[in-house]
Amino acid sequence: MGLKNNLHKLKLKYKGTKMEPAFNAIHTFLYMPNDTTHGGTHIKAADDLKRTMNTVIMAMIPCLIFGMFNAGYQHNLATGDIQAVAGSFFSSGFWNLDNFLIGFWKIIPLVIVSYGVGLGIEFLFAIIKKHEVEEGYLVTGMLVPLIVPIDIPLWMLAVAVAFGVVIGKEVFGGTGMNILNPALTIRAFLFFAYPTWMSGDKVWVEGAVERTREIAAGANLDAISGETILGSLAQGKQVAFSTWDMFMGFIPGSVGETSTILILLGGLFLIFTKIGSWRIMLSSVLGAITMGLIFNQIVDAGIIAQGSKFYGLMSTPFWEHLIIGGFAFGVVFMATDPVTASQTNKGKWYYGFFVGFISILIRVFNPAYPEGVMLAILLMNVFAPTIDHYVVQGNIKQRKKRLKAKIA
Amino acid sequence: MEHLELFLKSIFIDNMVFATFLGMCSYLAVSKKVTTAVGLGAAVIFVMLITVPLNWLLDHYLLQPGALAWLGEDYADYDLSFLSFIMFIATIATMVQLVEIVVEKFSPSLYNSLGIFLPLIAVNCAILGGSLFMQSREIPTLGLATVYGVGSGIGWFLAILAIAAIREKIRYSNVPPALRGLGITFIITGLMAIGFMSFGGMLTGGDEGGKKAEKTISVEKNNSQPSTIGNSEAPKKEKVIASNIKVNE
Repeated sequence: MGLKNNLHKLKLKYKGTKMEPAFNAIHTFLYMPNDTTHGGTHIKAADDLKRTMNTVIMAMIPCLIFGMFNAGYQHNLATGDIQAVAGSFFSSGFWNLDNFLIGFWKIIPLVIVSYGVGLGIEFLFAIIKKHEVEEGYLVTGMLVPLIVPIDIPLWMLAVAVAFGVVIGKEVFGGTGMNILNPALTIRAFLFFAYPTWMSGDKVWVEGAVERTREIAAGANLDAISGETILGSLAQGKQVAFSTWDMFMGFIPGSVGETSTILILLGGLFLIFTKIGSWRIMLSSVLGAITMGLIFNQIVDAGIIAQGSKFYGLMSTPFWEHLIIGGFAFGVVFMATDPVTASQTNKGKWYYGFFVGFISILIRVFNPAYPEGVMLAILLMNVFAPTIDHYVVQGNIKQRKKRLKAKIA
Repeated sequence: MEHLELFLKSIFIDNMVFATFLGMCSYLAVSKKVTTAVGLGAAVIFVMLITVPLNWLLDHYLLQPGALAWLGEDYADYDLSFLSFIMFIATIATMVQLVEIVVEKFSPSLYNSLGIFLPLIAVNCAILGGSLFMQSREIPTLGLATVYGVGSGIGWFLAILAIAAIREKIRYSNVPPALRGLGITFIITGLMAIGFMSFGGMLTGGDEGGKKAEKTISVEKNNSQPSTIGNSEAPKKEKVIASNIKVNE
């Protein structure tokens, strides 16, 4: 316990100075704080906010590591150095050091920039506003590198993180007060401010942008590119990946969103530890299935012609919508954000249902935004307080009625 | 189908608050409580439901160039469109008076909580905006004008409902003192507009895309060149980028 004592001494030394919150944060991040809450009821529990956040990060680590392997795999596949691995999840063509290192050197800087900028701003605000450093950024900082394309320039990420943390969270008073999910605010900022870096067929494979530039400069190389499945479906192209690949995640996409099976495991972990809401996850999936089935029925009934620009995505089987794109990742890790989702249990059902419903709707009907789940969650974040308000009012009305019946 | 499309478009895509930022004064001032916000929102829907079709009639039978042709040959050249602002405002003010009387009679509590903002609907830019958009977008029939009016009203209603609930929620937040009140409300409105951007270009973008594709086909026919992959892909990318820029503006 030497470290703990030293940290404690350091904390006491800086007590009362400007830097107090910063040292306090490091101390509480590593160990249980040894002071009690100020006033009110006292509950002794080990799972404070920092543990909760760490649990979510643990659930995301498999996605991050898979993302590193996948980044290298997609790069090597696009350059033609290796053959596609089909079928097996534990293929040595995928899980090798060569693939891992390419992704590692590409993704670790993303993580560092995300945490560096985000936590820097958090510490700055804590020192200026003289409150304790809040834990909220721990999860956001891990989510951000997982939901951006691998080739995003680091300065863009830094600008977006600064925007998301300041405008999306700090102006509301910090963790637990924000209206929109900060990670999605960051992604939406990138998406609308730098659309060329967030969509198309160049950004999803490591090195594709660089290669294009070299070719433009006169180098004699083959161009490499990789379109996400949603992107190719929206353009009515054939998809070259099997369902199994989509489920395992051997497909191009944002860093951590591709592997549905690992996201599923993370989701089960979150449900098991009672940190993620199973109501939201289940109802989102139900909403997506409903919308997907409606579109499939439209196609079956022959209402929409084969040449229509919506045909590609509309005819996608409803279950396939669940495993392509960022749907699974968004539903498991971002729609369940306890701050921005509906707070009431009944409200969670409505909230989740509409997240799933609207994300498939946007996917199919909005050719400019092939990834609907981000915007669907943001939109439902906006309406979550409204849903809560009406659920609460409904309960009040019901109880009043019950009371009246009892009295009369 | 046409009606449904315009209806959804006016609610979600051309939302009065989040796409054009109209009607902000009452939107910001009356959104402290959900119940009052609902009352004002309903009043706006009602006023728009009446005024937009009424103004459509005025526009088509009095104000447009050549609208007076039904009076006789001599009047066919008249163009009274310079009067449209004053005529539209007059219609709206009359309707607001009517709403005020009705609300005062049937819900005095709502009347009191809305206070000065009920008569001020008369100068709510969302409502005049609805009529003027109806004119400038040349909505062809009375039915479509009615649908457009109701849709815009419902869009405004949704916006004020959502922000009222959010403002009730952030009452417990530790907002920096300098931003409390209107400052944070403006920031929230901006963030909400990002959420509403999900619908941007959903129906309009599709239409333009279709037209553009037809155009490129005709160009190719004129040049009588075989379509290469590069040619067919280039306009598509342009379209995607163009629609993004349009939304950003």
